[in-house]
Amino acid sequence: MNNQPILEVKNLKVNFDVSSEGDMPWTKAKKLQAVNDISFSLNAGETLGVVGESGCGKSTLARAIVKMVPAEAGEVIWLGNDLLGLSHSETRPYRKQIQMIFQDPLASLNPRMNIGEIIAEPLRTHYPKTPETDVQARVIDVMNKVGLLDNLMNRYPHEFSGGQCQRIGIARALILKPKLIICDEPVSALDVSIQAQVVNLLMDLQEEMELALIFIAHDLSVVKHISTKIMVLYLGNMVELAKSDDIYKSPSHPYTQALISAVPIPDPNVEKNKDLILIEGDLPSPINPPSGCVFRTRCQKAQEVCALEKPEFKGIAQDHSVACHFHD
Amino acid sequence: MSLIDVKNLKVEFKTADGIVSAVNNVNFSMDEGKILAIVGESGSGKSQTVFGMTGLLDHNGSATGSVKFEGEEILNLSNQKLNQIRAEKIAMIFQDPMTSLNPYVRVSEQMTEVLIHHQGVSKSDALKQSISMLDAVRIPDASNRIRMYPHEFSGGMRQRVMIAMSLLCRPKLLIADEPTTALDVTVQAQIMRLLADLQKDFGMSIILITHDLGVVAGSSDDMLVMYGGEIMEIGKTENIYASPTHPYTQGLMSAVPRLDDSEERLVTIPGNPPNMMKAPEGCPFAPRCRHSIDKCNSESPILVKASNDDHFRACHVSKEKIL
Repeated sequence: MNNQPILEVKNLKVNFDVSSEGDMPWTKAKKLQAVNDISFSLNAGETLGVVGESGCGKSTLARAIVKMVPAEAGEVIWLGNDLLGLSHSETRPYRKQIQMIFQDPLASLNPRMNIGEIIAEPLRTHYPKTPETDVQARVIDVMNKVGLLDNLMNRYPHEFSGGQCQRIGIARALILKPKLIICDEPVSALDVSIQAQVVNLLMDLQEEMELALIFIAHDLSVVKHISTKIMVLYLGNMVELAKSDDIYKSPSHPYTQALISAVPIPDPNVEKNKDLILIEGDLPSPINPPSGCVFRTRCQKAQEVCALEKPEFKGIAQDHSVACHFHD
Repeated sequence: MSLIDVKNLKVEFKTADGIVSAVNNVNFSMDEGKILAIVGESGSGKSQTVFGMTGLLDHNGSATGSVKFEGEEILNLSNQKLNQIRAEKIAMIFQDPMTSLNPYVRVSEQMTEVLIHHQGVSKSDALKQSISMLDAVRIPDASNRIRMYPHEFSGGMRQRVMIAMSLLCRPKLLIADEPTTALDVTVQAQIMRLLADLQKDFGMSIILITHDLGVVAGSSDDMLVMYGGEIMEIGKTENIYASPTHPYTQGLMSAVPRLDDSEERLVTIPGNPPNMMKAPEGCPFAPRCRHSIDKCNSESPILVKASNDDHFRACHVSKEKIL
């Protein structure tokens, strides 16, 4: 593994314009900061887990990296090139190196195409001159890789179960031999026994092909299992970034601590005796986020300075950074 | 006497492609003041079991067997009688609170309606009781927020409103069908804590349907593991977690990654859940089971005692062989 990161994201910002009820056509739209000042780097073969509650900007971050939503500011440096500065056609060669898989496996497959066509489509799009026999051989090759029998090639998505559909989605992402796969809640819709199969598959493929993964999920146990390092987001802001074991063993941000204590452990002895840190209240509106630290409205440690000053995202140990004035 | 006693419950659906048997020979009983968790993957029949018990099946479904609630048979009663029971004694909450609440009607009206209709309470009394119930589920500023519409509440708050509404008539039994599946973990923790507190305060019983083994561990006294419409294992939650005696339960427990543990590789259950259109002849888990023997494919196992303390399992292979 070389030490040059394949992906470097610097101060990425994504804003959405939202108009509220009763606005006149000429009223200026409000800015919703979906992703605010996010920076990280990712090496080949590594997995970055992104966790946070719904509405914290996990998916928007993923979409901004592949330019599915326009970024307001920042840089996405992929193998030395800033993708955000490139035009649509200049980006195209890089698109095949970054692939995505999605949460709802059935919804992300075209119901009117058979499995062979679905898996072959990226290849036909990016390399239109590939001879048909090669396309077929590649399709069969990736189908075997993800554990699908190649005689299923002529079937349609509705004939498959959720777990199999997710395998098809993975096969489609793999056919271009990408260097990075962004997985947006890939196992959330699956049953536990199937979830374990897909997680194992992703980890095997990663090892075999030296893939980098960005793994977005709200299930902290799964994220911790698969990730090398974990980023915790709250209201579009990074609150903590550390190696996955460190996040679990020594969470420093009050939000991370609460998040970890809320994850139920499948063991009655542990679960019934643990100290739960409850977060009171609701997520503040991202349209006008709290001043200073975004978490201060629900934080037990909050003091005056938290409302005045936004805490800097800084390192507190090796590979461990946190944004809090009063971190542990 | 147990609060609820289910014997040989069978739920079937007539579809254009034939009969689907969703629940097969389910037997269990539940004591007052307990929390029973029904665990299983999608399609295991956990929801249809309680829908069958309470007469909430789709029009093409039918339930047979016996369900005794406080000693009285309630299975397939007339709708009128069932409505009465479902209003006053058995309450239900569902996964998505937004689909259970009417988006056009203020929460105050939706809540007071329950009391006015079922208990003949005056409108002002009903409002007072509703506000105090919202207080009980810890909705801040209840007297003002009750006048809001459902969309003005967050997901967690909506689920609190649903819980408050279901408790208005002080039911004996609350059935919670995946109450926290749509919620974030931090909110889930709040709601589960709330349910546990309310269960003590109101002295009711809860049937908790979930697929999340973590939630089950933290909040149930007894648990029932279902697969392919049949009960695989039933017993005290602690005992089942300490020593699962059914291959499916074992598989399920080792398939979930634990936050407090680091395992190299997850143990998986090979294969896919059964197609209930053509339910397997013998044990529904046999095709995916690594301990299965010939008998498993031909004969459906019945629940037998696995140990003392009311721990039962349905498996042909002896407990010692699979441990």
